[in-house]
Amino acid sequence: MKKMRPDEISAIIKSKFPQVTEEAGTNYIIVPKESILEVSQYIKNPPLALDNLHCITGIDRKEKIEVVYTLYSIGEHHGVTLKVNLTLEDLNVASVSAIWKSANWLEREVYDLFGVIFSGHPDLRRILNPYDWQGYPLRKNYSNPDFIAKPRM
Amino acid sequence: MDATQTKDMYTEEFLINMGPQHPSTHGVLSLELKLDGETIRGCTPHIGYLHRSMEKIAENRTFTQFIPFTDRLDYVASMNNNLGYVMAVEKLLNLEISERAKYIRVIIAELNRIASHLIATGTFAQDLGAFATPLFYCFREREKIVEIFDQICGNRLTYNYMRIGGVMADLSGEIIEKIKEFIEYMRPKIDDYDELITYNVIFLARSKHIGVLSKEMAINYSVTGPNLRGSGVKWDLRKDEPYLVYDKLEFDVPVGENGDAWDRYKVRIEEMRQSLRIIEQAIESLPQGDVTVKVGRVHKPSVSETYFRTENPRGELGFYIVGDGSVYPYRLKIRSPSFSNLAVLPELVKDIKVADIVCVLGSFDVLMGEIDR
Repeated sequence: MKKMRPDEISAIIKSKFPQVTEEAGTNYIIVPKESILEVSQYIKNPPLALDNLHCITGIDRKEKIEVVYTLYSIGEHHGVTLKVNLTLEDLNVASVSAIWKSANWLEREVYDLFGVIFSGHPDLRRILNPYDWQGYPLRKNYSNPDFIAKPRM
Repeated sequence: MDATQTKDMYTEEFLINMGPQHPSTHGVLSLELKLDGETIRGCTPHIGYLHRSMEKIAENRTFTQFIPFTDRLDYVASMNNNLGYVMAVEKLLNLEISERAKYIRVIIAELNRIASHLIATGTFAQDLGAFATPLFYCFREREKIVEIFDQICGNRLTYNYMRIGGVMADLSGEIIEKIKEFIEYMRPKIDDYDELITYNVIFLARSKHIGVLSKEMAINYSVTGPNLRGSGVKWDLRKDEPYLVYDKLEFDVPVGENGDAWDRYKVRIEEMRQSLRIIEQAIESLPQGDVTVKVGRVHKPSVSETYFRTENPRGELGFYIVGDGSVYPYRLKIRSPSFSNLAVLPELVKDIKVADIVCVLGSFDVLMGEIDR
């Protein structure tokens, strides 16, 4: 196999899963949250062989929360970024920790800081904050008497 | 809990806390160990004692203001953190820096890699009972690097040297001479470590075949850096996704065979040799020119997002930055290498003796500053 460009990877994923779309102007792949498990299962194995789940990021877009999966392939030297959009009313998404073990702690971190519930996670506890912490600190509407935002330019 | 009643003795598994205040946990890490006599049956790491919520702080700082915070992530390799962050911002801004700045960044980053690996080597030997001597030797060598950094930027631990668009100050001829002297000084010292530590019988007995991490498990857990290469995976971002001028420089990627604690240690020793090679070549081909490009003090990236990763001494450091058109990042995620490296620990310490957990943890060279962020 040779290294694939991001548009080639997204073409392969889109031909296999028609429900998957691409973010406008980028090569980020938007996966409906119901399909994250089957898409993950597919891309982990050849031909894409994305065996390294490098990073999971949460982004609070105020009206929705994005979960961003950054994936790379050690053997094929290519990578892809998946995004799952969650509405604030329903912050549940299936855990991929059975597919990539690295997701275990990375998902715990997103749960801790954003309050996203990863269903099927073996051990979904807070990780950076104390276990009895209230609220989700990286949400844009988070407030805490100890946290004072600096005046903006 | 398992309990067995023998004829005249009652035994059961018990829980014990190792840390958060413990000399061998390399910072404030707490391991909750489930012990059956001397044997570990389960291990649950508790982290977050150093949590400063840097990602939230970043949302209230301009891009330039956040550079000093990156020093406090992996405080043993501050230059490499600076580098990873400013390169991520430069990628977001589509900023191309001067050739001289690229070479200087490589020299500085590799010097700091040696300093970081020296600490890893010294503390690992100390963890295994080689009391004080190797640690003092390593700190003696590290002192030379710290002095060079002090002369370059005025600080000994948190440097704040990299800038968006270049570096803070040029390397003078005097400093370059000092670096050349250091290379000559350092080469035989690494051979000394081989004689003193690497092939020492007690050291081998303590670290060989302990904490074996298989290739598949390392990749699945997203273990990176020397720990991944110790498991025999030839993967180094400087080679496989070259940034700066690494593609113009010659160096090898050392790998281990068995993936045990000794292999991870050995990879670090070999990497120091390779770093010296890189610095030597970079100094030879250091071009003349400016060290910064003309950019404003505040940076306004367009509405865009980017992920950039660099090879840090401890593994791959990634920054996910989302810009919203203002001078502040909308979201800044730090993917720290030690965080993923530590996650694999509970798998490796099952059914080994308590004394060996120190060996496994030391060989991973985790640093709590970047795990807790």
